[in-house]
Amino acid sequence: MGDMANQEAISAGPVERPAAWRRYGKEFWRHFAPVVYGLAAGGVLLLILGKNPITFYWTTIESGLLSWNGLMQTLIRLAPLLLMSAGFIVAFQAGLWNIGGDGQFLMAAAVVGGLGASMVGAMPVWLALVILCIIGFVVGGAWTIVPSALKAYYGMNEIITSLMMAYLGTNLANYLIKGPFITDVGFVPQTNVIPFADLLPNIPGTRIHVGIIIALLVLAVVHYMQTRTGYGLRLRILGANPKAAVHAGINVKRDIMSSFALSGALIGLAAAVEVLGVWGYVRADWNPAFGMTLFAIVFLAGLNVMVVIPFVFFFAIIQIGGHEAARVVGLPNDFLLLLVGLILFFMVLTEWARIKSAVSKKLKKTGAGSGPGTDKAVTDGR
Amino acid sequence: MDAEFWAAVIAGAILAGMPLLLAALGEMVSEQAGILNIGLEGMMLFGAYGGFVVANWTGSSWLGFLGALIAGMAVAMLMVVFCVRMGRDQIVVGIAILLSMQGLTSLLHQVQFGESYPRLDGVPSIPIPGLSKIPVIGPSVFDQPLMFYIGIVLIFVVGWVLNKTNLGLNIRAAGWKPVALDNAGVDVLKIRTIAVLVTGGLAGLGGGYMAIIAAGVFVPFMTHGQGFIAIVIAMLARGRSVWVLIGSFLFGIALSITTALQLVGVQVSTDLINMLPFLVVILALALFARQSYLPAALALPFERGKR
Repeated sequence: MGDMANQEAISAGPVERPAAWRRYGKEFWRHFAPVVYGLAAGGVLLLILGKNPITFYWTTIESGLLSWNGLMQTLIRLAPLLLMSAGFIVAFQAGLWNIGGDGQFLMAAAVVGGLGASMVGAMPVWLALVILCIIGFVVGGAWTIVPSALKAYYGMNEIITSLMMAYLGTNLANYLIKGPFITDVGFVPQTNVIPFADLLPNIPGTRIHVGIIIALLVLAVVHYMQTRTGYGLRLRILGANPKAAVHAGINVKRDIMSSFALSGALIGLAAAVEVLGVWGYVRADWNPAFGMTLFAIVFLAGLNVMVVIPFVFFFAIIQIGGHEAARVVGLPNDFLLLLVGLILFFMVLTEWARIKSAVSKKLKKTGAGSGPGTDKAVTDGR
Repeated sequence: MDAEFWAAVIAGAILAGMPLLLAALGEMVSEQAGILNIGLEGMMLFGAYGGFVVANWTGSSWLGFLGALIAGMAVAMLMVVFCVRMGRDQIVVGIAILLSMQGLTSLLHQVQFGESYPRLDGVPSIPIPGLSKIPVIGPSVFDQPLMFYIGIVLIFVVGWVLNKTNLGLNIRAAGWKPVALDNAGVDVLKIRTIAVLVTGGLAGLGGGYMAIIAAGVFVPFMTHGQGFIAIVIAMLARGRSVWVLIGSFLFGIALSITTALQLVGVQVSTDLINMLPFLVVILALALFARQSYLPAALALPFERGKR
C-alpha cells in the first residue's frame, strides 16, 4: 500500500516528458479507465440478467446529477464521504490499515447525536455546533488509541485490532443510543432530535449544508500537510518503508499514534457533519457502512486527497442516483457494491498491465533481458 | 439457570460456531502460506449462496455442500489469479472480492428467489450411540448433522497436514520464508495456490453450513461480518488448529447467549453481550501482546528472483 505510492513514484519516473496536457490526460485515464471497464462489465451483467444497462446508467446520472434535487443530495452526501476518505488516506499513506472506520464513525455519531439536542439548547447554536464537531473529531480519534498503541508498542497487526474496535464501536454506539441517550420519540430507539433550524446552516440559495465546505477545507489542509510539511514527509517514509523510517531517526511510535488518531478523528468529523447537517439525531442500528466502499475509492485515487474529490463525487452520484436506478430496473440496491467491486478488480488489473508493459519497454531499451537485475528499476518499488 | 438453558447455549454455540470454525480453519491455512485473505467473508457468502442453490435444486444437502465447496473455491480463484500469480495487493483484492460477492449474491438472490423465498428441509442429525445420552451435553453436542462431525475431524486433519507433513512444511515456509522454499526447489506460487484454494473451499463450506444447516435459507449479507471474526480467530490461532476450535466456539457462545438468556426470561442488552468476545480479544491482545506472531511474509507477494 505504502508500496503502492512508492511504485507510482518510480513507474511514473519520467524518462522523456510529453506535453503537459497529454501527461494530465494520461494520468486522468490511468485513474479513470478502471471505472469505465467496471461500468462496462456491470452493463454486460445487466444485459445477461435481462435488464437494460442504458436505462440503469442513464437513470443513475439523471437522478443523481442532472436533476436539481438529486444534485443537491449528491453534494450533501459528498461531505461525510470526502472527510472519511481523507481520514483513510492519512492512515494508508503512513502504511496503517485503519479497517475500523465504521466503528469510529458510529461512535462519533452516537456521542454527537446523544449530546446534540441538549447542547444546542444550552448555549448559542453556533458554539454548540462547533463544540459538537470537535467532540466528533475527538471521539473518532480516541477510538483508534487501542489499535494504534498496540501497533506502535508491540508491533501488533492493526488490521485485526482496528476491526475488533469497529465491532466494539458498532455495538457500544447502539448501546449508548438505546441506553443513556434514548428518548421516547419514534418507534425505533433513537437520540433526542436537534431542531431542524439549529442544524448546520445551508449554503445560501440551496439546501446544501456547509459540511461540504468544511470537507473541502479539511482536504486542502490535509493536502498541504502531506505535500508541504515535514510531518507529511515523515508519514510517507513510514508508509513506504518503516525500517528506513526508524533508521532515519523518525519517532515511529509517535507518528504511528498521531496519524492513526488523525485518521480516526477525520472519520469522526465526517460523522459529526452528517449527523449535524442531515439528521439531527441518530437511530439505533443506523450504519451507513461507508467504510468498505470508500476503501475502494481511496485506492482508485491513488491515495491522493486531491484526486479523490472527483472520484468521491462520482461515487456519491452512483450512491444517490443508483438508488433510484436500481428501483427503476428492479434490482436490489446492492448491485452498486458489485459495481464498486468490479471497478476495483479492473484497477488491480490495469495496474498490473501497466507494470508489465513498463518492464517490457525497459527490456527493449536496454537490449536483451539480462537477468533479474533489468526489471529492478521498474518494479522494485514494491 | 437450568439444564434447558445450558443446552440452548451449547446448541446455539455449535450452530453459530461451525461456520466460523470452517472459515477460520481455511483462513489459517492461507495465512500460514503468506496470503492474508480479507475476502474470506465474500467466499463464505458465495459458498452459502452456491450451497443453497444446489441444495434447493437437487434436494440433497450433500450436493449442496459440494456446491458450497466449489463456489468458495471459484471465488478463491480470483485471489489466486490476482494475488498469487500477479502479485497484487492482497488487501485491495480482498476488499474487491468482499464487495463484489456481497453485491453479486444479493443480485442473484433477488433475480432467482425474489418472489418465491424457498426454504430447505431440515438436515437429519445423527446421534452418537451412548454419548448422546449424557444429560445436557449429550443431546446438544453428540446429536448433530454429519457435517458437524466432518468439521471436527477436519480440524485435526488440517492440524496434522500443517504440522506433520511435507506439504504443511512447504505451506508454512511459503509464509515465513518463501525465498528459502524457492531455493529448496519448491514452487512457492504453487504452494500458495493450493493454500488459497483450500481456504476458499473451507470458507465455502462454512457459508454452506450457515445456509443449509443453520438457517435453511439464503439471505443476502447473511454472514454478517462473521468472515472477519474468522480472520481474527485464525490470526489468534497462529497455525494451531485446536485454537481455532476453541476460539470459534467461544465466539459461537457469545453469538448465541442472548437468545438463550431470553429463552429463560433474563433481559440483557444484546449490544453489551455482543461486545464481550471482542472485548476479550482486545484484552488478551493487550495483555499477551507479542511482537512476531504472524508469518513473516504475510501479505507480501512473492516473485522469483526479486529480493
